[in-house]
Amino acid sequence: MSGASQRSGIQAMVIAVAGATMIAALLLWALGANPLEAFKLLFEGSFGSMSKLSATLLVWVPLVIASASLVITYSTGLWNIGVEGQIIMGAIFATWAARTIPGPGWVVMLAGIILGIVGGMLWALLAGVLKTHGGVNEIFGGLGLYFVALGLTTYLVIGPWSREGVASTSGTDLFDADVWFPRIGSLDVSWLSLLLAIIAIGGVYFVMRGTMFGLKLKSVGNNMASSARLGIPSNRYMLGAFAVAGGLAGLAGTTQAMAFHHKLVPSVSGGFGFLGILVVLLAGFRAAPVAPLALFFAALSVGASQLELRLDLDSSVGGVIQGTLVLFVMLATGWQRRRAENRAAAEAGGSN
Amino acid sequence: MVLGLLAAAPLVIALAIAGDLDVTTGTVIAGAAPLIYATIGETITEKAGVVNLSLDGSLLLSAMAGFGGAFMSGSVIVGFIAAAAASALVALIIAYASIELRLNQIAVGFVLFLLTTELSALLGGPFVREPGPSVPNLEIPILADIPFLGKALFQHNLSIYGSFLLIAVAYWFFYRTRPGLELQAVGERPESAFARGISVRGARYFYTVLGGALVGIGGAAFSLDQKFGWSEGHVRNFGWIALAIVIFGGWHPFRVALGCYLFGALQVVALKLQPVFPGLSQVLPILPFPTMILTLVVINRPGFRALGDRFASLRKFLASEPPASLGTNFEQG
Repeated sequence: MSGASQRSGIQAMVIAVAGATMIAALLLWALGANPLEAFKLLFEGSFGSMSKLSATLLVWVPLVIASASLVITYSTGLWNIGVEGQIIMGAIFATWAARTIPGPGWVVMLAGIILGIVGGMLWALLAGVLKTHGGVNEIFGGLGLYFVALGLTTYLVIGPWSREGVASTSGTDLFDADVWFPRIGSLDVSWLSLLLAIIAIGGVYFVMRGTMFGLKLKSVGNNMASSARLGIPSNRYMLGAFAVAGGLAGLAGTTQAMAFHHKLVPSVSGGFGFLGILVVLLAGFRAAPVAPLALFFAALSVGASQLELRLDLDSSVGGVIQGTLVLFVMLATGWQRRRAENRAAAEAGGSN
Repeated sequence: MVLGLLAAAPLVIALAIAGDLDVTTGTVIAGAAPLIYATIGETITEKAGVVNLSLDGSLLLSAMAGFGGAFMSGSVIVGFIAAAAASALVALIIAYASIELRLNQIAVGFVLFLLTTELSALLGGPFVREPGPSVPNLEIPILADIPFLGKALFQHNLSIYGSFLLIAVAYWFFYRTRPGLELQAVGERPESAFARGISVRGARYFYTVLGGALVGIGGAAFSLDQKFGWSEGHVRNFGWIALAIVIFGGWHPFRVALGCYLFGALQVVALKLQPVFPGLSQVLPILPFPTMILTLVVINRPGFRALGDRFASLRKFLASEPPASLGTNFEQG
C-alpha cells in the first residue's frame, strides 16, 4: 500500500517536472529564446567554471540553512513565514559583533556566528510567544516582525551605522578584512560557510530522524489534540521549534553579512527565506532532499543572469521557472491524491 | 482599532501643521484608493473562508498588466480589465487548488506570491519607465465647489470615486442583502450553510475570483493613477500591508477603509518628514505591522473580551473575529 502510494508520488513528481520543463521551454520560446540554448546557458552559467560554481555555492549556503530552519517549523505544523525577518536579525547581531568586538579575526567570527544565532532565535521566539500566548497566528505575527526587522536594518544602515558623511541605503562600511569568513583560494565562497551549511542540514536531518525531540515535534505537527493527550506539551515544543529554527535562520544571516556582503545592507536576507519555503514545499518538508534541491534552485538563480547577458532575457526568468515548478508539483500531487481517493470511494461504493 | 484611533490623533495634528488640510486630506484619500480595492477584495475572499496570500504578487502582476494593457491599447479601461483578469486568474488557481484538490491555501497562495512577483518583472520589461496613459481627472460639478469637502472628496477621478462606492456597496452587500448573509454563512459555518442548500463550492469559487478581480483593479489603480507607470517591484509590499489592514479592520468594510486611510495619512506624513528626518520617514511605513500585531494581542486579552461582554454595542463595533472557517477546506458531499 505504502509502496503503491510512494510509486504514485514519484509518478506525480515525474509528471510535474516534465510539465514544468515543458512550460519553462514554452515560456522561453514565447520570449524569443531557443529553449535548448537557454537550458545550456543556465547550466554553463551555474556550473560551467570554478568561479560560476563558487557563485552558485554562495547562493546555496544561505538557501540550504534557511531551508533547514524551515524543515523544523513545518514538521511542527508551523508556517514560519517570518523566516526572512529572522535572517535579518541574525545579520544585524553579526554586524554588531563585527563592528564592536575587538580581538583577532577568529574570535570575532565566532562571536558573529553565536550572536547571529541568538538574534534569529530571539526574533523567532517573539513570533512563537505571540502565537502561544498572544493568540496571534504565526503567519501574520512573523510577517509583521519581518517588516519590523526590515525597518530596523534600514534605520541602522542610514542612521547610527551609516558610513561617514553618507546616509544612503547602500550599506554600512565594509567590515575589517580579517573578520571576513575565510575563502577557498581565490574563489568568493568560504569553506567556513560551506561547513556551517552542511552541519545545519545534516544536524536537522539527524534531529528529525533519530531523536526524541524530532519525534515529538512531528507528533505536535501531525495532531495537536492527540499530542496533548499523550502528555506532550504542545506549546513548549512549538517554542522549541521556533528557537531552533530561528537560530538556524540567524546563522544564515551571519553568513550573508560576514561571508557575502561583508557589511550590513537593508536587503541582507536576499529573499533566501522565501525561496527556502519553495525548496521545503518541493522537498515535502523532509530534510534529505533539501541539499540537492537547494543546489538546483541556486543554479537556476545564478544561471539566469547568463540568460540576461547572452539572450537579453530578464533574470527573473529563473524565479518564474522555480515558482512554476513548485506550483506544478503541488497541483499534480493534489490531483493524483484526489483521483486515488475518488477511485477508492467508487470501489467501496461498488462492493456494497 | 482603539490603537488606530489613538494613532490617528498625532497624525491629524501633524497633517494640520503641514498646512492646507483640504488638499492634504484629498491626497490621503486619493493615495488610499488602490488599497481600498485590494483590501475590500481580500475581505470578500476571506469572508467566504479562503485566504488569498498571493496578494503582494497579485498586485504587482496586475499593476504591470494594467499599465501594459493601457500602454498597448491606449485605453485606460482596457488596462483595468487586463489587470482584473490577471489577478482573477491567480485567485482562480487558489480556488481550484483549495476547493477541488484540497491543498493548503497558505502554501498555494505563497507560491503564487513568488511566481507572480517574478512574472511581473519578466513580462513587464517592455513597459519599464515608459510614459503611458492615466485615469483622467473628473471633478464632480457643484459638489467640487463645497468648501473643504470639495477639494478633499470631489476633485478626483473615477478610480477614486469608485473606491468610495465600493466601501458603501460592500457594507450594504455584507449586512443588508441575502446573498451577503449567505456569503458570511459560508465563511462562518460552511456545514450549516450547505445543509440550508447553499452551494459552498460555488460561493467560494465566485467570491475568491471576485475578490481577486478587485485586487487587480487595485493594482491598475496604482499603475494608472497613483503611482504612474511601471518599473520592477513597483508596488512591492503593498499587498502585505493590505493583508495586515484586513486583519486590523476586523473584516468590516468601514474599519478596513479606515485602516487604508490611516496608512495613507502615514505615508503623507513620512513624505513631509523626509527632508527633516530621513531615517524616520523610511521606517514609518513599517508601522501598520506592529499596529496589527498589537491590535490582535489586545483583542485576544481575556480582559478585553470581558469588556466586550459587558457592553454589547462596544463588542459589536470592536469585534475582530476572523471568519471561523478561514483557511480551511470544506468537503461538500
